Amino acid sequence: MTQTIAASTPRPKAGGRMKTRGKLIDFAIDVFLFCFSILMILPLVFLVSNAFKTPEEIVAWPPRIIPSDPTLENFRSVLADTPLPLWIFNSVAFSTLSMVAIVMTSAIAGYVLAKFPFRSLNIIFILILATAIVPFEVYMIPLYFQAQALGVLNSLWGLLLGYLVMSFGIFLIRQNVMHSIPDELLEAARIDGAGEFWIFWRIVLPLLRGALGALAVLAFFQAWTSFAWPMIVTTTRNSYTIEVGLALFQTGFTVDLGRLSAASAAVLVPSITLFVILRRNFVQGVASTGMKE
Amino acid sequence: MLQQKRWRFAILAILPTLAIFAWVRMYPIVETLRLSLHQWNILSKNKPFIGLANFRELFQDQLFLNALTNTSIIAFGVVILTVPTAMVIAGLIHHRTHSRFSGFYETSVFIPHVVSLVPAAMAWKWIFDAKLGPLNALLEFFGIPAQAWLFDPVLSVICIIILCSWQALGYAVLIYLVGFKNLPVSLFEAAKLDGASGVQRFWHVSVPMLKPITLYVSVVTLISGFNVYAQAFVLASDSQGAPGRQVRVLVLDMLENSFRNYRVGYAASEAVVLLAIVLVLTLIQFGILREKGRK
Repeated sequence: MTQTIAASTPRPKAGGRMKTRGKLIDFAIDVFLFCFSILMILPLVFLVSNAFKTPEEIVAWPPRIIPSDPTLENFRSVLADTPLPLWIFNSVAFSTLSMVAIVMTSAIAGYVLAKFPFRSLNIIFILILATAIVPFEVYMIPLYFQAQALGVLNSLWGLLLGYLVMSFGIFLIRQNVMHSIPDELLEAARIDGAGEFWIFWRIVLPLLRGALGALAVLAFFQAWTSFAWPMIVTTTRNSYTIEVGLALFQTGFTVDLGRLSAASAAVLVPSITLFVILRRNFVQGVASTGMKE
Repeated sequence: MLQQKRWRFAILAILPTLAIFAWVRMYPIVETLRLSLHQWNILSKNKPFIGLANFRELFQDQLFLNALTNTSIIAFGVVILTVPTAMVIAGLIHHRTHSRFSGFYETSVFIPHVVSLVPAAMAWKWIFDAKLGPLNALLEFFGIPAQAWLFDPVLSVICIIILCSWQALGYAVLIYLVGFKNLPVSLFEAAKLDGASGVQRFWHVSVPMLKPITLYVSVVTLISGFNVYAQAFVLASDSQGAPGRQVRVLVLDMLENSFRNYRVGYAASEAVVLLAIVLVLTLIQFGILREKGRK
């Protein structure tokens, strides 16, 4: 590929040939990217396909993407053995509550920190900034004892305790307010006699819809994919999230690949579908994490 | 008067968030730092202050040193594998922005980053499986002897690096794509007029221009690499219930000390080491960025 474009000086006469050559290169790049993309999702495709295979077919070589004799037996036996629907419910409830809490706290804190220039608020902002880089794993053990003291282990509230606020969410909203909401707009509303709360509710929030949407998706997936915290907070079978449930299920004695794949697929397919639907929001949110400074 | 009213609103509005923040973030962080200097096993009531004894013990603890080594190898391995790949893939996707498949490329590269950890790890566990996995079948097809991927101490670390890179790649590509979009077009046109080929433009224009992004992506990937836990838990635990050969990583060692050996103070000192690593990495990042800004 490198040789084909090594034309050192473009000659105007060779324009036509250059163009077809450029097209060829583009085609080669497309083929490469296409194969690479397929390779990236292939493990997941096989996981889903294994879920529908009989034990004999799973070990067959070469592995087939479409099972020759699709069966629902794996799903049936997983449902008989595990409270999978309950785990999924726990995960959905935990993620949704966490999302709501993070969006609410970030919206209000981000707005206040962006538009109210008081010294005391600066101190608060620095505090939030300073703790933002501390990974969750560093402070989760003391947090566990806080949850224990509150008596919320093995419950939704215990899970939620670790995911109520998100430093990055506060930055994201603060940044957005600073860039997209002019001071004049707020001043004009104040001169018209609008109260501070009314301004926040009726002017600021609607303008932040895009950023809040991105943050919501980000927060939901953060809780949905969390592992270490649910792992220590939940110890009873009925309080597991789907991640913990699956991770412990796979260490069981009688578990075979087909059933593991079935359980995994039951979780993957909805979350991938959700992601593809919300892709724009998600990409916007993640992309903005890189734009912090 | 007006100023005071606004101040009152600001404080009232931020108070609930601040209270939650102090309660679930600041307090446990301070508590981690404090506990690391104390000896506390969950069962006993008193927690004597023992200064730096925990840390001194830590650096003679073979299990901890093993965990630290494994975690560092994994973290750096993921960066070395992910960052250059992400840059090239993002460059190619950016080049083909107008292709009708660009959405497909972006989505499929990004999907591994958003799927839940455990199911994704399960897929790879099957791939690496010594007896049933397609990887060994493929190797044998080419006449290479099958490997016990998940049981060999070296190979299992490599497996974790591959799994983590597969997941980290989407994020890195996305950040690079934003970077490529923000590069000044005029620069590339000038290079093109000077006769630079696509590869030359990538190497001599994009790579240096994207240095801040490379730095950011590397640090973020490294930090999340140091926090690796779920991947090691799933990949390296034996599916047949036996206590399989675990690849010891920092978080796992920390949780084990805290909840299996009931040595919370000791575990907290491990958390402090993890924090120190993350802090140093972040400071390096800021240091290099600031130096660049001064030039």
